[in-house]
Amino acid sequence: MGEMIVTRALTKQFGPILAVDRLDLTVATGEVLGFLGPNGAGKSTTMKMITGFLTPTSGTASVRGHDVSKEPLAVKSRIGYLPEGAPLYADMTAAGFLRFIAQVRGLSGRRAQECVDRAVELTQLKGVLRQPIETLSKGFKRRVGLAQAILHDPEVLILDEPTDGLDPNQKHQVRQLIREMAAAGGKAIVLSTHILEEVEAVCSRAIIVAKGRIVADGTPAQLQARSRYHNAVTLTVQAPASALEELARLPGVAGVEDLSPPKDAGGVAGGVGVVRCTVIPKKGEVVAERVSRHAREKGWAIDQLRVESGRLDDVFRQITAA
Amino acid sequence: MMRGLLPVFRRELSGYFITPVAYVFIVIFLILAGVFTFQMGQWYEANQADLRVFFNAHPWLYLFLIPALSMRLWAEERRGGTIELLLTLPVSRAGAVLGKYLAAWAFAALALALTFPLWITVNVLGRPDNAAIVAGYLGSAMMAGGFLAIGAAVSAATKSQIIAFILTVMLCFGFLLAGFAPVLDFFRGWAPAFIVDTVAGFSFLTRFDGIAKGVLQLQDVVFFGSLIAACLAANLIIVEAKKAA
Repeated sequence: MGEMIVTRALTKQFGPILAVDRLDLTVATGEVLGFLGPNGAGKSTTMKMITGFLTPTSGTASVRGHDVSKEPLAVKSRIGYLPEGAPLYADMTAAGFLRFIAQVRGLSGRRAQECVDRAVELTQLKGVLRQPIETLSKGFKRRVGLAQAILHDPEVLILDEPTDGLDPNQKHQVRQLIREMAAAGGKAIVLSTHILEEVEAVCSRAIIVAKGRIVADGTPAQLQARSRYHNAVTLTVQAPASALEELARLPGVAGVEDLSPPKDAGGVAGGVGVVRCTVIPKKGEVVAERVSRHAREKGWAIDQLRVESGRLDDVFRQITAA
Repeated sequence: MMRGLLPVFRRELSGYFITPVAYVFIVIFLILAGVFTFQMGQWYEANQADLRVFFNAHPWLYLFLIPALSMRLWAEERRGGTIELLLTLPVSRAGAVLGKYLAAWAFAALALALTFPLWITVNVLGRPDNAAIVAGYLGSAMMAGGFLAIGAAVSAATKSQIIAFILTVMLCFGFLLAGFAPVLDFFRGWAPAFIVDTVAGFSFLTRFDGIAKGVLQLQDVVFFGSLIAACLAANLIIVEAKKAA
């Protein structure tokens, strides 16, 4: 596994604001890295420095061993980059725009046409090639941006919020595309996102940044394991209202969150009703077996019982809110 | 060094023609050139087989039309965020600056070239000094290049095309009138004589007066050449400094 992207103490200062603070990051071939963090955490700034748009205040960023400050063109020709919001030349047609990108990438003739065709195929742009980009829907615009980024089949793909503002179908398509590119192999893909399910869906590794520093780094499963919901049990049962306290007293249980729907006024107080809750285990404990046994012993009818693997958004808040 | 110049040049130049900009610009340029030459310049009445009145109008035509051409060069990229796209493609900064500039210049030169019927007319009506006319055209193209270089640098400094337009008109107006009393008086009050002389030397009008007569001197070429080079260098620095703002 080669090292594709390496940053060393990468730092960017905007006046009094320290946007990126001595960031060390290594991304290897085959990795799909999800870059997470609240707004203003330094995700975009880091990407802008790796792609050579912004000059680092200090530290270095290199792609395939080429330092972006010293050999910007060597770096830029190896990267495909989708900037935040996917800016495009709005008055060009999609076809004209992709041809321009091919020319800038040093492709010409048959080779250029093949690359454009391949990118168009992957991003399903065929129907809108002759239209001016400004007349396209948001989803198509984003796909033109993606087509532009993957046109030269780059070793390193950097996507700044690739699915932001898209509808669920479009998001699915973009994720599908990222997965396909990753499966093809030989690439390193870095994408930033606010959508945590996206990280679970496409990333092999996730990094959480806050205030310009990396605060968590691991596989999505490892990060989920840091959640207090890791191995938590969410269940829906027909039980008396006292069920919540009973569950909370079980060994190894740290707490119970009540998720029951609001009771009707004058409902079955003290009687049997629908109880929905999440049982949160103490760290390192597994309580699913105990919970289900307890329910059976008490004769509660179990409608639903599910063990959670952890919630990324919970980890995210826990880590970044501090 | 200049990687990406050609694709950027081609994209910019074709960009003028996929929007109405090119057609509006060329039509207005030709109409105004005609008005200045025939109505105000009284070219027929003067009964001279040369294009002096035509060329004399050019500084004033360019004063408003060239900033309209240059204002979008960088301001539009910055407003639309495409500057981030452009500068993360394998294009050298110098290639991008020069490619854009040359495209605008080529377009201005095309508009200028489309005044050729006038040149044919003068040849039909009389026996003009065609060498002088060629010199006039070349000088006019160089002056347009000077205006454009100023405008390109200003455009890189702002996201607003309107601001770029107004500032460029003001700057170009200053350069035009640098040899005339109002500007010189402004400097005479406090600046030493050599500065006043230097300012006077920057006057486009004074310089172009000779060119309109058909005398294109080496020093004029050097003057416009160095002005353009200086403005493009400034353009490069401004793009670098303001790209992220």
